Amino acid sequence: MRALDKKLLRDFARLWVQALSIALVLGSGVAILLISFGMYGALENTREAYYERNRFADVFAGVKRAPRSLERDIVAIDGVWAVELRTVAEAILDLPFRPEASVGRFVSIPAGDGARLNVPLLRSGQFPDPQSSNEVLVNEPFALANGFETGDTIRANLNGRRRELTITGTALSPEYIYTIGPGQLLPDNETFGILWMPQPAVEAAFDTVGAFNDVSLKLTRNAKPEEIIERLDDLLEPYGGLGAYERSEQLSHSFIEAELEQLRTMGYILPPIFFAIAAFLVNMVVGRIVALERSQIGLLKATGYSNMEVSLHYLYLAVLIAIVGVFLGWGFGAWAARGLAQIYAQFFTFPYLLYRIPVTAYATSGLLGIAAAAGGAILNAMKAAKLPPAIAMAPPAPPNFRRSALDGVLTTLRLSQPTMMVFRGIVRWPVRAFLTCLGLALAVAVLVASSFFGDSMDEIVDLAFYQSNRQHAVLAFSENAPETALEDVENLPGVLYAEGQLGLPARLVNGHLEKRIGIDARRPDADLSRALDDRGKVIVAPEEGIMLTERLASQLDVLPGDSVEVHFLTGLRETHDLTVTGTVVQFFGLGAYIDATFAARLLRQSPRISSANVLIDARAIDALHARAKETPSLSGLIMFSKMRNAFRDIISENILVTTTVYVVTAVLITAGVTYNGARIQLSERARELASLRILGFTNAEVSYILMGETMLLVLLAQPFGWALGAFLAWAMVTAFSSDLYSIPLVLNRDTFGFASVVALAAAIVSVLAVRRRIDTMNLVSVMKTRE
Amino acid sequence: MAMNRSAMKASHAAETVFRTDGVTKVYDTGEVQVHALAGVDLQLYAGELAVLLGPSGSGKSTLLNILGGLDHASSGKVWFRELELSSLNDRALTRYRRDHVGFVFQFYNLVPSLSAKENVALVTDIARDPMRPEEALELVGLAHRLDHFPAELSGGEQQRVAIARAIAKRPEILLCDEPTGALDSKTGIQVLEAINEINLRFGTTTAVITHNAAIRKMAHRVIRFQDGRISDVAINETRVPPSDIEW
Repeated sequence: MRALDKKLLRDFARLWVQALSIALVLGSGVAILLISFGMYGALENTREAYYERNRFADVFAGVKRAPRSLERDIVAIDGVWAVELRTVAEAILDLPFRPEASVGRFVSIPAGDGARLNVPLLRSGQFPDPQSSNEVLVNEPFALANGFETGDTIRANLNGRRRELTITGTALSPEYIYTIGPGQLLPDNETFGILWMPQPAVEAAFDTVGAFNDVSLKLTRNAKPEEIIERLDDLLEPYGGLGAYERSEQLSHSFIEAELEQLRTMGYILPPIFFAIAAFLVNMVVGRIVALERSQIGLLKATGYSNMEVSLHYLYLAVLIAIVGVFLGWGFGAWAARGLAQIYAQFFTFPYLLYRIPVTAYATSGLLGIAAAAGGAILNAMKAAKLPPAIAMAPPAPPNFRRSALDGVLTTLRLSQPTMMVFRGIVRWPVRAFLTCLGLALAVAVLVASSFFGDSMDEIVDLAFYQSNRQHAVLAFSENAPETALEDVENLPGVLYAEGQLGLPARLVNGHLEKRIGIDARRPDADLSRALDDRGKVIVAPEEGIMLTERLASQLDVLPGDSVEVHFLTGLRETHDLTVTGTVVQFFGLGAYIDATFAARLLRQSPRISSANVLIDARAIDALHARAKETPSLSGLIMFSKMRNAFRDIISENILVTTTVYVVTAVLITAGVTYNGARIQLSERARELASLRILGFTNAEVSYILMGETMLLVLLAQPFGWALGAFLAWAMVTAFSSDLYSIPLVLNRDTFGFASVVALAAAIVSVLAVRRRIDTMNLVSVMKTRE
Repeated sequence: MAMNRSAMKASHAAETVFRTDGVTKVYDTGEVQVHALAGVDLQLYAGELAVLLGPSGSGKSTLLNILGGLDHASSGKVWFRELELSSLNDRALTRYRRDHVGFVFQFYNLVPSLSAKENVALVTDIARDPMRPEEALELVGLAHRLDHFPAELSGGEQQRVAIARAIAKRPEILLCDEPTGALDSKTGIQVLEAINEINLRFGTTTAVITHNAAIRKMAHRVIRFQDGRISDVAINETRVPPSDIEW
């Protein structure tokens, strides 16, 4: 090994604390990059392969009841490669050992060769006998959650008849990677399952013999989905078509897509911050080393080392720091990605997973990390190269302090000399002071941008569960019923109070903008499920007109007062121009609300309801479930109270994890910036501080000068950090919002306070670590050291 | 130790290692111009040990830097044998320093994180025909201190490591800038002995800068500087070995 390389390694070893503090910041960037893009790539590739192998459809449509003879016409649409006609319907299940009523979605397995599209992937057991009328294949998560095994039986209310069904096996499907029941906010595999059943049995059970209510299409490579959707809608229209849609609107797909989008956003926002800070720290440290080693640089040049060799020497120091950071980042990233994969496994069921991070993600994150560090060092490495060998031999001129406008201010303030030194230090190196401030502000920003989530979630829970949806449960009907059905509901055991609601599938159109949506029609005095405006006030749909959720209104580009075309996809399937009368704040999904009487008038029918919101006497809940299991006119019983708790559990668990991660991150950044800043201060001012000690200043007074500048910058950074954090939070909220859910931006004083307390504490501890060196400073030797 | 004056003259005629012609150096600080060298004509001969004497600011270090290829002259010409240094770019000057020049500095300029042997290796790693670091250190009497770090060596020892480092590449010229400036007289003399020994043994052309007049006694020639000019050149009729010098 060359002597110069030995110097490099020894310098690195001497600087290990500083190097480590930088490596940790850099490593955080590498880890996030690895997690976000690694997981992104893995999820996307797995999903693609799964879709491909199990022929996940491209276009989907629901219809009330259409004859199978329509298949010929659908196949004939230009660009359609394959068609699958199925019956898909929900029914209440009676599971052994489970008092609650569960909901099963029955999906027909086409007769003949079985499924052509959305092919279920057998995980255990076997497919049901095509001739049988009481055999089902269930989705694996449902079986696991309920402890079912092949041969077990469950009971279901099918078309008014209680049937005993035998489980022949378990399966997964690309259609149900994310499985969420109707009306639910979170997957609940205990109470919602997918049941595949041979076509004749399902047709008989749901009265669709010779007909279908669900279409899936696979398109040819260059097909135009919009045109095909239009043609399909035309074909299904007479039979009660509910509007065809592309894969991007398919529920399971769009949840995964939203998750992928989050990973991608995280990958784009956070790593650049870490890399920039690491580059800045490297710049600071290497700059200081180059300044300290002027005479050594001069010596190297005098003895014939070239400019290139000298600058590479300092560049390699940065690269060494980066290598440590990259390995730390890889290690942590791989570990965290595995943890994340386990979290994903809770929500997304893939037949094969996944957490193999591709080599390219390692390579890219590593190279970017090294490039960031080298980028931070390059200017100072070039400065070392440019130092003329003769000048490098002479001590540096004292820094050029001059009187500035600020001096007048400082003088009038009658500051002590030590305070003056602190201020002059900042004014003398304004760029460095600014960048230090920026780095510290970013740490505060990261804390603000992460800890606000807790408050946002509180607001979501409050609005969704305590302000808007106050019912204990929702009873879904198999068919729309007259309003008088509410009386029957109120007669069910345990039901204290019931309100009806009608869901109306519709297409909302404004010019070229359009959206498929379910409109809720309610009574103006409805008290259990309510719409709220942006000030938290309950708003009621007027006698005429429609209210839209904020996101839907902005997607359709309409404001209150504008009108929107409403194409009802049910009943007489008429189109009406309705005035938008207000916007509704809602964090889950898109929605539109009209008055029940108005809806009845538009549809020219007497008021009807499709579900009932109920308050339940907790003591009678088992009796209610028992009755629901026997009531054929019910297709679902969604327990809001249970959902509320599950949601809160998941959120608090996630918040704890993310808050911990971000606090650690912010501490790393703050410690990295302040520790290195103070170390460099000490190095630059060692002689000055030793002189002051010799002149009789106490340790405390000298420490004040050392810590003063860094701590002053820490304080200055706080408001910038708050502002930056608010912006970052806004950017994240915007990026994470989708049609499925949105996150409110809730920034409380507590959030800013918490961020500042953490940052200040980290800064003080880091600076104190450097301060200890003052106590042990050997005054004589410091004075002797020649710079 | 004393040399015959005519013999010196003969060798001068035989080989001129350095020749400068009207060299000036002006430092422009923006507000004032400092004339560090105001027209210097000088020749240094193969194998001689020249002492450049003068007060601080007289221009001797500036000249040494220009001879060593560390700095450019503002005007005038400088030759190393047939090579015109004043026309070389940075890259060529680096090459020149790497191949021909050994430097010894007042403050030793050792790399603190490298041991004595490694400090010497710093040069032998890139030289064309170096001696082994151990050999160079043995020449300056430090064979027993190979693995010590600068912090573990006395000032005199550090300066001898610096000399070993300078000579390990077998340079044709050895340029010493106040080599005893930071040392007490006893250790200073040890260092001068090492320099003298190298000059004798390898015939390395040596220039020693000093403001310490006593050191002139060991030189073949003494060149005095005053205000950026050569004020006097004297040939030493009787050289005194460093061990007999006192200050």
